[in-house]
Amino acid sequence: MSSTTVSAGKADPGAVSRDVALQLFRVMKLTRETDDRLERKLYRQGKIVGGCYVGRGQEAIPIGCVIALEPDDVIFPTHRELGAFIARGMSLTTLFAQYLGRADTPTRGKDGNAHIGDMSLGLINYVSHLADSVPIAAGAAWAFKARGEKRVALNFLGEGSTSRGDFYEGVNFAAIHKLPAIYVVNNNQWAYSTPTHLQMPVANVADRAPAFNIPGVIVDGNDVEAVYLAALEACARARRGDGPTLIECKTFRMTGHSAHDDAGYVPKEQFELWARKDPIQRMERRLRERGWVDDAAIAAMDAEMKKSVEAAAETALAMAYPDGSETLERVFAEPHRVKDVFPWRHTDEYKAIEIKKEKP
Amino acid sequence: MAATTYLEAIRQAMWEEMEADPRVFCIGEDIGMYGGAFRVTAGFLEKFGPGRVVDTPIAESQIVGSAIGAALMGMRPVVEMQFMDFVSCGFDQITQFAATNRYRWNVPCPIVVRGPSGGGVHGGPFHSQNNEMWFAQTPGLKVVCPATAYDAKGLMKAAMRDDDPVLYFEHKYLYRRIKEELPSHDFTVPIGKAEVRRPGHSITLVTYAAMLYTALEAAEVLKHDGIELEVIDLRTISPLDSDRVVESIKKTHRVIILHEDQRFGGIGGELSARIAEDALEYLDAPIRRITPPDTHVPYSPPLEEAFLPNAKDVVYVARQLARY
Ligand SMILES: Cc1ncc(C[n+]2csc(CCOP(=O)(O)OP(=O)(O)O)c2C)c(N)n1
Repeated sequence: MSSTTVSAGKADPGAVSRDVALQLFRVMKLTRETDDRLERKLYRQGKIVGGCYVGRGQEAIPIGCVIALEPDDVIFPTHRELGAFIARGMSLTTLFAQYLGRADTPTRGKDGNAHIGDMSLGLINYVSHLADSVPIAAGAAWAFKARGEKRVALNFLGEGSTSRGDFYEGVNFAAIHKLPAIYVVNNNQWAYSTPTHLQMPVANVADRAPAFNIPGVIVDGNDVEAVYLAALEACARARRGDGPTLIECKTFRMTGHSAHDDAGYVPKEQFELWARKDPIQRMERRLRERGWVDDAAIAAMDAEMKKSVEAAAETALAMAYPDGSETLERVFAEPHRVKDVFPWRHTDEYKAIEIKKEKP
Repeated sequence: MAATTYLEAIRQAMWEEMEADPRVFCIGEDIGMYGGAFRVTAGFLEKFGPGRVVDTPIAESQIVGSAIGAALMGMRPVVEMQFMDFVSCGFDQITQFAATNRYRWNVPCPIVVRGPSGGGVHGGPFHSQNNEMWFAQTPGLKVVCPATAYDAKGLMKAAMRDDDPVLYFEHKYLYRRIKEELPSHDFTVPIGKAEVRRPGHSITLVTYAAMLYTALEAAEVLKHDGIELEVIDLRTISPLDSDRVVESIKKTHRVIILHEDQRFGGIGGELSARIAEDALEYLDAPIRRITPPDTHVPYSPPLEEAFLPNAKDVVYVARQLARY
C-alpha cells in the first residue's frame, strides 16, 4: 500500500457544505484570536507564568479533523491543537483559566498550558512525553472495537514525535487489530529546532504507513477543507472496521517552538512563504469566491470574536487560584488525601517567621 | 575573573573535557545548532563539529541506547535529556543495560546522562520532576546532584572521567541564579563525598541541590536564636556518604533531612534508616524530614508554593527540634 495525496485541487468545492465550510472558517478565526490573546498578550504581560505553546498557522489541522468527527469520538491532542479544544466546544474561559493556573478548570491548576481534558467532550488530557498518546489512542480504539461501538479515536502529533518508539508500538498494534484509530501528524517541518531531515530518513511521515500495512495520506495542512475531507474518509474507514489511517498534514509553525523561542534558526523566507499560505486567509478567499461571506459578514465575525475572546480572558483573569491545600488532593480517588507534611504552616509561630534574604 | 554561573560551569566542564579527550562526544535533542533548550551546549557544534555534537530525533531510548553502544566501543558519550522528566522514555536502557553491564561481564559503560530537573519555575508536572531516586535505587548507577557552580563543574568532570554510568541532575532553578569564581586550573569533585557547607553544633541539616539554599537561608535566621545548623550538602545521592552525616550527628545529636524529591522513597527515608542503624544512641530528638508531600509537582503558583519546602519550614522545624 503506498501513500495517497489529498490536496485542495482534489477537494471538490461542492464536497463541503456551506454550513460546514463556515463553521471551519469561524473556528479557525476564533482559535487564532485565542492563541494571539494567550501568547501575544497574556504571556508577554507575564500573566502566564509557565510555558506557552501555540499553533499559529496550523489551525486547519485540528479544526478540519475535529469537525469531521462524531460527538462520541475521542480526541488525543498535543501542544499545537488549541483548535481541537475550541472545535469540540471547550469554553474559552476554561481555556484561559487553564493557562493562567486558575482553580475552576478540570485540572484545577495542577497542570498548565493546553494540558487539559474533559471526558464529557471526548478530549483526553495529554502528558508532555511526546507520542505517549499513540498506544493510548490504540487502547481507546480497542475498547470501541471490543464493545462493538462505531466510535473513533483520533490522535494528533508532530512529525518529530513520530521518531519515538511509542509511535511504532502503538500504530503497529492498531494496525494488527484493525482498530478504529486515526493518527494525524502535523508536519510543520521543525521539531523545536530540529529540521525534518535530522528527524527522519524519509521525505514524508506517510511513507512509513506501508510498514504497518495501513494507508498513509498526505494532505495540504493549510487547506482546512482538504484536511476535513481526509479525516472524513479515515473515519469512514475506521467505522467500517478497516483499521487505522495515518494522515500527514504538511504545514508550518508560524512561531517559535514556544513563546520564549524566537525561532532564529528558521530561515526568514520560510515564514514569508508560509504566510502566503495562511489557512485562514485562504479559506476566506474561497468563501468569498463562493459568495458565502462578504466584507460585512467578516467584519461582524471579527467584532463578535474579539468581544468573546476579550470577555473570556477578563473573566478568567478575575477567577481565583486554587488553594494550596489542593495539592494534597486527587492523587487517588476520594476519600484518600495525601498526608500534609507541613501542618505547622497554619500556626502563628510559623506565620511570624520572617525570612529577609532572598533565595538565589 | 568574572563569576561563573552554575550553567556556565557545566558548559565549561564539558567543553574542557571535549578538548582534552577526543573520545568524548555529546548527544541529544536540539543540542547542535540551537545549543540545547537551556543553551548548555551553545557553541559546541561550531567548535567540535557534527561528529562530536550529535543532534538526534526525539527518541530517548535510542539516544541512551546509542550512547551505551558507543561507550562499549570505547567512546565517552554525554547524553542530554531536554528535561530530566523525559528520561523515563530512556529508562529501560539505563536501568537494564547500562546499570547491569559492569556486574554481568565487567566491561565499563562510561556514559553520563545529564539534564535539568527540579521545580520552582512553574514547569508543571512534566517539567519539574525530581526523579533522582528512580536511579539511586538501581545498583550500578551513580547519581549526582550538584548545588554550587564549583561542584557543577567538578562533578561533571568527575562524571565524564568515571568508568560507570552517571546520572547528572542539574537543578534548573539554579542555572542562572548561582554564581561563583572558579579556579582556572583543572579540578574535579569526587563522586560519593558529601560536603559541609556551614559548620554548626546545634542541628545537622542534610540536603542537596536547590534546597541547599533554602537551608542556608534558614540557618541565617536561626543563628539569631542561637541555633547553629550544620549544613551538609550530599552532592552525590548514590553512592551515599552517610558516614559524613553520622559523624556530624555525633556532634549535634539532632538531624533534619531536607529535599525536594518525593518523600516516599526519597533519600531522606534511606538516610533515616542508616542513621537509626548507625547513630541512634547519639540522637537526642527524633529524625525530621522536610520534603514535599507525596503528590505530583503542580503548575499553579499557589499549589507549587504549597508543594515545595521553604526556609520558614526549616526554621520552624529546627526551633521545635532545638526545644525537644
Ligand atoms: C519524550 C519527549 N522528549 C522531549 C520532549 C521535549 N519537546 C517538547 S515539544 C518537542 C518538539 C516536538 O516536535 P514535533 O513532534 O514535531 O511537534 P511540534 O512541536 O513541531 O508541533 C520536544 C523535543 C518531550 N516533550 N517529550
